[in-house]
Amino acid sequence: MTDTSVRAPAVAAAVGGRTSWWATADAVYRLALARGRIARGPLLFVATLQSVGILVLLRGVVRHPDLATSAAVVAGGSVLVVAFVALNLLAQRFGAMRASRSLDYFAALPVPASAVVMGTAASYATFTVPGALVTAVTGAAMFGLPFGQLWLVVPAVVASGVALSGVGAALGLSLPRVELATVAGQLGMTAVLFLGLIPAGHLPLVARGLRQAVPSTYAVDVLAAGLRGSATPGGVLWRVAASLAYGAVTLAIATRAFRRAVAG
Amino acid sequence: MNGAAVTVREVTKTYPDAGVLANDGIDLDVLTGEVFGLLGPNGAGKSTLVRQLVGLARPTSGRIDLLGHDIVARPAVAGHLVAYLGQDEPALLDLPVHAVVATTGRLRGQSRRAAAAQATDLVDELGLTAVADRPLARLTGGQLRHACVASALAARRPLLLLDEPTAGLDPVARREVWAAIARRRDAHGVTVVLVTHNVIEAEAVLDRVAILDRGRVIACDTPGRLKAALSDDVRLDLVWRLEPPYGDPTVAALAERAVVAGRRWTVRLPVEQARAALGRLTTGAAFASLDDFTLATPSLEDVYLALGGGDDDLERA
Repeated sequence: MTDTSVRAPAVAAAVGGRTSWWATADAVYRLALARGRIARGPLLFVATLQSVGILVLLRGVVRHPDLATSAAVVAGGSVLVVAFVALNLLAQRFGAMRASRSLDYFAALPVPASAVVMGTAASYATFTVPGALVTAVTGAAMFGLPFGQLWLVVPAVVASGVALSGVGAALGLSLPRVELATVAGQLGMTAVLFLGLIPAGHLPLVARGLRQAVPSTYAVDVLAAGLRGSATPGGVLWRVAASLAYGAVTLAIATRAFRRAVAG
Repeated sequence: MNGAAVTVREVTKTYPDAGVLANDGIDLDVLTGEVFGLLGPNGAGKSTLVRQLVGLARPTSGRIDLLGHDIVARPAVAGHLVAYLGQDEPALLDLPVHAVVATTGRLRGQSRRAAAAQATDLVDELGLTAVADRPLARLTGGQLRHACVASALAARRPLLLLDEPTAGLDPVARREVWAAIARRRDAHGVTVVLVTHNVIEAEAVLDRVAILDRGRVIACDTPGRLKAALSDDVRLDLVWRLEPPYGDPTVAALAERAVVAGRRWTVRLPVEQARAALGRLTTGAAFASLDDFTLATPSLEDVYLALGGGDDDLERA
């Protein structure tokens, strides 16, 4: 209903270019990082304390662990810090954004959804580096492991961060309620805890298959090999590549979930 | 005559799960360079319509064009044309005001330097300098809304879609927002679609207004023409201090036509009758029972009610 006859423009207005993927990911990364400095410090402290606590517990329980077991436990504990943040907290964060419809802010901007997901996930993963490093150094000292290849904690954190944050983001964006996203993130973290900390050789056959299906397993194995002092470039590369491939798939699923969450 | 910046044709939006018909066959044309309003009570379907205009929701049926682009077919194009301010919780609550405005500019394609410089200007223009470094989460409700308006204005867009931009703002901040909107229209020809349920805002800033009720457009014209078309009636508001003196013949006559809300009566009358009734009330015995009274020309709220608007939660402040 209108009182004014109008004509549509003869030529559609020019549409500016989409904000580039890298500029978007960079801006989202920075804003999530700035947010994290305020909100996630205490949580990261808890995550690190949790992993170091588990290592102390296991060191007290097992009197004379062999090298492979010690390396697996320390590697699993270090990656658990990543799981806590990239899986658990990220699922909660995206779940809360979905529930409050604050995703609309990004959806109404000319930005690629994948860059928003990736930028947020990357910032969460960044926060795990100090915690994972502290856990690995503390664990190596407690279990008497060699420090020579401890630098492998960095590719292990990056690889597991990419793989797990994709899962965390997908959970938070897909599940209809933030409570469900929280529970799912917690369950995922529990899976990483058990299947990451317990050496593969100690697991029953069925669990060994499950272990290979957990995205962070490849990163745990990279770090474990380093803590045994037996990592090889080839072994590191293929495991990191496997983690990144896992991450590419889960981030693609998360991006699709982002679009569906906004459209819903 | 300007072309249409926004055309809406037979747009219907239903939410089958909730059994809600939010928009029911809406037709609208918003001209390039005008400040166009969507006025109506809560639940009238205003926000649903705006979310469809910006591509965040898809119409169940109908067509929406923004500056010649079919938004139903290509919703992603809206992000290039529109600066949108929604009503939902801001995504960047933990960031300071200046950083929020700069980030929005950056995400709209500005360089980091340009986004930061423009953020400084916008914060200054909207009178937010004192809280520029304060995170959104630590602002009052009004300041938060004010900061969100500044963020929406980052990086110029030909269309502004603002969903209740002044909700909760104090009068000074409200005028700053109105002035900022007017500047963009006057200097850059920006088209503005503004959702409001505030009658004062509608009459103060809108070139044209569509009045929505229960998902339908019940009127669309300039505020002046809508009010002129209503009739010569004026509105007499009476607030009684005590029980109204029904024994007074003037009071008894008004009681038959009054819309009563507690101790407040609203009576619509031809201007001569209203003036005479008010004269008798203020000079007779009934005056002792009167707490307050006003005689006013019709407002858009009167238009809304006269057209059959069913709710009465339009704001008048």
